[in-house]
Amino acid sequence: MPSVCFYFQVHQPFRLRHYTVFDHTPRYFDEFKNASICRKVANKCYLPSNRLLLDTIRRYEGRFKVAFSITGVIMEQFQKYCPEVMSTFDALAQTGCVEFLAETYYHSLSFLYSHDEFIEQVNKHRELISRLYGQQPRVFRNTELIYNNALAETIEKTGWFDAIITEGADHVLGYRNSNFVYRPPNCQRLKLLLKNYSLSDDIAFRFSNRGWAEYPLMADKFAQWINRVNGNGQCVNLFMDYETFGEHQWEDTGIFDFMYHLPEELLKHPDNNFMTPGELAETYESVDTVDIPHIISWADTERDLSAWLGNAMQSNALHEIYKIEKLIKQTRNEELIADWRRMQTSDHFYYMCTKYFADGDVHKYFNPYESPYDSYINFMNVLSNLRERCNQSFLKNERPLGKTS
Amino acid sequence: MRVFMLGWEFPPYISGGLGTACYGLTKAMDDLGVNISFVIPKPMEDNQQSHVKMLSPLQCKTLNKEGKAVQEIESIEDLKHTTFHGIPSLLKPYESPEFYQQKIESIIRQRTAQYIHDAGGKTALDEWLHLTSNTPAASLMEGHYGGDMYSEVHRYAAAAVRLAIQEDFDVIHAHDWMTYPAGIAVAAISGKPLVVHVHSTEFDRSGENVNQMIYDIEKRGMHAATKIIAVSYLTRNIIMSRYGILGEKVEVVYNGVEQNGNNRMAFNKVGIRSDEKIVLFLGRITMQKGPEYFLMAARKVIEEIDNVKFVMAGTGDMMHRVIEMAAQMGIGHKVLFTGFLHGEDVQKVYQMADMYVMPSVSEPFGIAPLEALNYDVPVLISKQSGVAEVLTHVLKVDFWDVNEMANKIIAVLKYPPLQLTLREHGNFEVRRLRWSGAAEKCLRIYQEMMQHV
Repeated sequence: MPSVCFYFQVHQPFRLRHYTVFDHTPRYFDEFKNASICRKVANKCYLPSNRLLLDTIRRYEGRFKVAFSITGVIMEQFQKYCPEVMSTFDALAQTGCVEFLAETYYHSLSFLYSHDEFIEQVNKHRELISRLYGQQPRVFRNTELIYNNALAETIEKTGWFDAIITEGADHVLGYRNSNFVYRPPNCQRLKLLLKNYSLSDDIAFRFSNRGWAEYPLMADKFAQWINRVNGNGQCVNLFMDYETFGEHQWEDTGIFDFMYHLPEELLKHPDNNFMTPGELAETYESVDTVDIPHIISWADTERDLSAWLGNAMQSNALHEIYKIEKLIKQTRNEELIADWRRMQTSDHFYYMCTKYFADGDVHKYFNPYESPYDSYINFMNVLSNLRERCNQSFLKNERPLGKTS
Repeated sequence: MRVFMLGWEFPPYISGGLGTACYGLTKAMDDLGVNISFVIPKPMEDNQQSHVKMLSPLQCKTLNKEGKAVQEIESIEDLKHTTFHGIPSLLKPYESPEFYQQKIESIIRQRTAQYIHDAGGKTALDEWLHLTSNTPAASLMEGHYGGDMYSEVHRYAAAAVRLAIQEDFDVIHAHDWMTYPAGIAVAAISGKPLVVHVHSTEFDRSGENVNQMIYDIEKRGMHAATKIIAVSYLTRNIIMSRYGILGEKVEVVYNGVEQNGNNRMAFNKVGIRSDEKIVLFLGRITMQKGPEYFLMAARKVIEEIDNVKFVMAGTGDMMHRVIEMAAQMGIGHKVLFTGFLHGEDVQKVYQMADMYVMPSVSEPFGIAPLEALNYDVPVLISKQSGVAEVLTHVLKVDFWDVNEMANKIIAVLKYPPLQLTLREHGNFEVRRLRWSGAAEKCLRIYQEMMQHV
């Protein structure tokens, strides 16, 4: 003890193209932009990082392990725009030291709006993972680590999962810390794994910050911080965006070297080891119940929903897109349903966030819009075309039906 | 700190942002305890003579007994450290050279008639004529420019010099080109540093068809100045690239806006049904303001939604052309022209608007969007405006992109949450743009200048 648990989030949305109220073509996504961003991030992050992890896993012969949560929407983009990334994930999967987590296929906020849609998307993602990597995911993470007790109950009811992941937010933990396995209330066997946000953010955000007192962060120093958990914790959960490596922190910050040396430094201490989230759930008994009645997430300092649901535009856009669920599904038109689902990706609502807009902040990362207002207008224009297509599809389908009856 | 400020008449008795800016800045500086001698051109025609007095309570004290062609006006109530001096002049911002030609000719005709029936008693007109014939500027002109804008500007400069001799001040601050010659002259005789405040340039007003004489005056003013204040970085760039000024000499001071009550009162919408949305254009109807782009966008909007009216408030040299254009487009019934609006009417028109659009082709700053935000009206501005540098919670569009302009207008009219969010954040944001900030920055510039002198 402690067991170091790395989980990396891999996701890029299907960004919408510029779509005015005068547009009527049913093509909503910016192929060029999505392809170029996907390839750019692949070259800077996904490919070199995968190579590094593969090397490290081979070097430590089973002692180094990591977990990924890869959304369905980025998988689709890899297949389309840079298939070579797919093969590196294949290679990682074949080492047996990589666990794949389940989430909503579309990286959506569906849990907040539609139970049925949520379950369908989780299932779709499970099927994808099992088809691609031959694994049945045992651990679930919701979009942006959005979580409350009700989510845990829903997830337990599916019977698919052993554990669920969320943020180790101070205001829910109180005197406790995130370095133990917990359980949600009203759940019989589901375990709760919490992100150690302080140590995670040391790598994900502060690593290259020259103003930070601990700069430069070296692998041996970081390993010592983890060693301190010995005797007072079961695990250290380092959860972060995969883009941390090479994209948020560029290669010249030394982030790859840091990762290269970290396993060696950590394994110097005989009590340390690496585990995946599934192994944590299997190995450790839960020590306590953590009651989280209100929704939390891993975003911003507020750790709440305000990044996606903080203003009238966001709540309106979300409300409108889930309002047409029935209508869309009744069309049984696969293309329409896929378009509708791609529009549920949380990033679309994140772009509408006005919270830090005036300060020009983190929300800018690969944001295709100049302002949250532009993003809302664009989204609503697309949505209105989607609705139109729905109605047209009914008109078309009714005629043949009428004839046969 | 004592400032000799060459400014312009305050609203509501003058159109446009120049007067508004002069008032806002002067008021804020006055609040900071800066002593200001505020010099303005005083109109001479009888129908406008009340101009200055309407600002009352002010009393006019005529000092022309000894042939001094200036009038001193005691301060306005809320300006404790400011004294006003009116110089009889034809100068008005936003008028073309042709205007002056006509004006001067008509005055001379009037004068001739008056001469015949003269009943005595000096008027402002007499003072002006006195200046015309006796000033050094007039004699310098060798008759070439006898009755035009150019000579008027120099007449004004000569009068300002006479006034300045009797005044005591530390810096000279001149607003826009018509006052630059006066600023240069006063700086020359007093040896005090000159600040020229660029609210717009000839390139903003006339595009590429610049009036050479105006350009020359502007350029001379900028080069003679110790410091230049630009109302935006957009304007600063023009000053640097078009007038050959070094960047270090040009400071940016953004305009502000006064907070006024924004209780939306019921307003009788003449010719507009209560269920109709109103999209407002407010400004001079002239090339610089892009009224034709507004109409082109309006046509596209009308194709998509029906219950909307477009209100164009203001007048200008393109007024007739724009009215004709609306008719030709077949949207005449959807576009209302209010003409020039005064005081309370401006407030009313903002209050009834669902959205304000400023499609300016070239806008050094643009105070009107700030006013609209003050009245809780969502705003769409062109990216070719200085105010776009300071506002984030507004919609922005390239002025020529009428498709996108229409797209955004429709979105605001169609989606209440968009309106709500723009309004909420916009009103909050505009509260940070106060004149007090601008005044403090000006004061700092004065102080820096005086250290170097």
